[in-house]
Amino acid sequence: MSLESATTVPLLAEFPFEWNYVRSIIVVSLYVSVAAVALSTLFSLPIALTVGFAEFRGKGVLTSIINTGMGFPSVVVGLAVLFTVSNEGPLGSLELVFTREAMIMSQFVLAAPVITGVSLAAVSSVEQNVRDAAYAMGGTRLDVALVTIKEARYGIATAVLAGFGRAISEVGSVLIVGGNIARADGTSKTRTLTTAIQLEAQRGRFETAMILGAVLLAIVLVVNGVVIRLGSDEGGYR
Amino acid sequence: MTIQRREFVAALAAGGAAGLAGCSTMTGDDSDAEISGETLTLTTTSSTYNTGLLDELNAPFEDRYGVSVDAVSQGTGQALETARNGDSDVVMVHARSLEDEFMEEGYGVNRRDLMYNDFVVIGSSDDPASIGGSDDVTEAFNAIADSESSFVSRGDDSGTHTKELEIWDETGRSVDGFGEWYQEAGQGMGDVINMANQQGAYTLSDRGTYLDMEDEVDLEIHVQGPIEGGPELLANPYGIVAVNPAVHDNVEYELAMAYIGFITGPEGQDLIENYTANGEQLFYPEALSEEPNFQQYVSEGWSADSAENSSDSSDD
Repeated sequence: MSLESATTVPLLAEFPFEWNYVRSIIVVSLYVSVAAVALSTLFSLPIALTVGFAEFRGKGVLTSIINTGMGFPSVVVGLAVLFTVSNEGPLGSLELVFTREAMIMSQFVLAAPVITGVSLAAVSSVEQNVRDAAYAMGGTRLDVALVTIKEARYGIATAVLAGFGRAISEVGSVLIVGGNIARADGTSKTRTLTTAIQLEAQRGRFETAMILGAVLLAIVLVVNGVVIRLGSDEGGYR
Repeated sequence: MTIQRREFVAALAAGGAAGLAGCSTMTGDDSDAEISGETLTLTTTSSTYNTGLLDELNAPFEDRYGVSVDAVSQGTGQALETARNGDSDVVMVHARSLEDEFMEEGYGVNRRDLMYNDFVVIGSSDDPASIGGSDDVTEAFNAIADSESSFVSRGDDSGTHTKELEIWDETGRSVDGFGEWYQEAGQGMGDVINMANQQGAYTLSDRGTYLDMEDEVDLEIHVQGPIEGGPELLANPYGIVAVNPAVHDNVEYELAMAYIGFITGPEGQDLIENYTANGEQLFYPEALSEEPNFQQYVSEGWSADSAENSSDSSDD
């Protein structure tokens, strides 16, 4: 690599792909993971709060079930979603196989237990300290819930981040249900950073795989940084 | 949507016939516009996908017909299974026995010979089983087994795996009895070449994938296929099959036939002919021939006699 090319576009000069291609892969990765995590959060938070507040028989069992879900093997989830969306499956008429929507479904299944489990732990830990005090000060159930959410927001942010990390770094299920499709115009349809890395490694182009891996790491770092920053700006607890 | 589709069935019947005849141009006047916006799902093998050939073929097809081709790279077995479920519209694979099975079960229609390349036995330059330059692949496999030299098998029901088992069959050996020297990777060709490279092992590869990766690995060809004068047993013919719309009415049959027509026609065949990696031709077109092979439309070994018998017994 000459010095000139090193000063102009150091990385991309050596990169065998079009920037459009890489950008579309990044966009698809973010689109799928962010959508899945947003849906998982909407689904998981009410569950975490309900289970966290309520005292009932079997709470321990339910908590262990949620925690077990955090370890679902992604390829198994991918297979299950494939059977569901396949033309022969119950949702076959929606023609979702090899689409981003199918990838969002599988990442939802993977991220939801993580977000539920981690935020449940956060809510539960707050409960001990604050709940009684809030009641003692004459708060209603709603007040107590709001105070708890406020106190647990750092933990909830961590939960969402953990879910995002699980979703965006996941390869098995998105490969199965998404099909790793890139279009002939050089843009991604269902190709994500992880499946692109898998493909490049399979083709023996390890440098390219490493570069894509670095991009993936950078995205995870930036997202973590942003969320943690948001938490600390509000003067979060801790 | 449904009505629209029905409308161009007629317009595309011509395209289907053209596909069978190996004619590329489907110049039905209003069919172009009506296909626009549709998506064709193609399941294919890693050897056509990873070598970049498909990008070369799909771009002009997409341009001409205004459709998107979603190419999904799977092993031959998996690609056919996806098609059996009606999740793809057309399949491009390379294991004639599995294709015939697919057709006989009624899942596929209008199979065409597309192109061929060949398989090669590759391994480290040390060549512990001394098979270099052999022109008898069964002898070479025997030598590998006798010397218990490391061998990596695809082990994934792909076309290459099917061929490998066929060769072991020729040697009269059964892979079930093989020791630790024989490893089933259960992965794609590229992964297996990487594994063989790491371990200095032998493997059977399609020539295209090997040429595409030649610079990345320290493996060389020890037994050539028929393209370089090697045995016919190492021939690697590719076929393309449309998924039967009578079994899965959701498949894009008309698009599938347009696609088959395009890539088995002069333009597609030219693109295949002229596609190179590292300066070498990877695939050899064979859809256009002055002496068409009529066996391509039916199962191998099918004969008019057996057809008469079967038509007697059916109420066709």
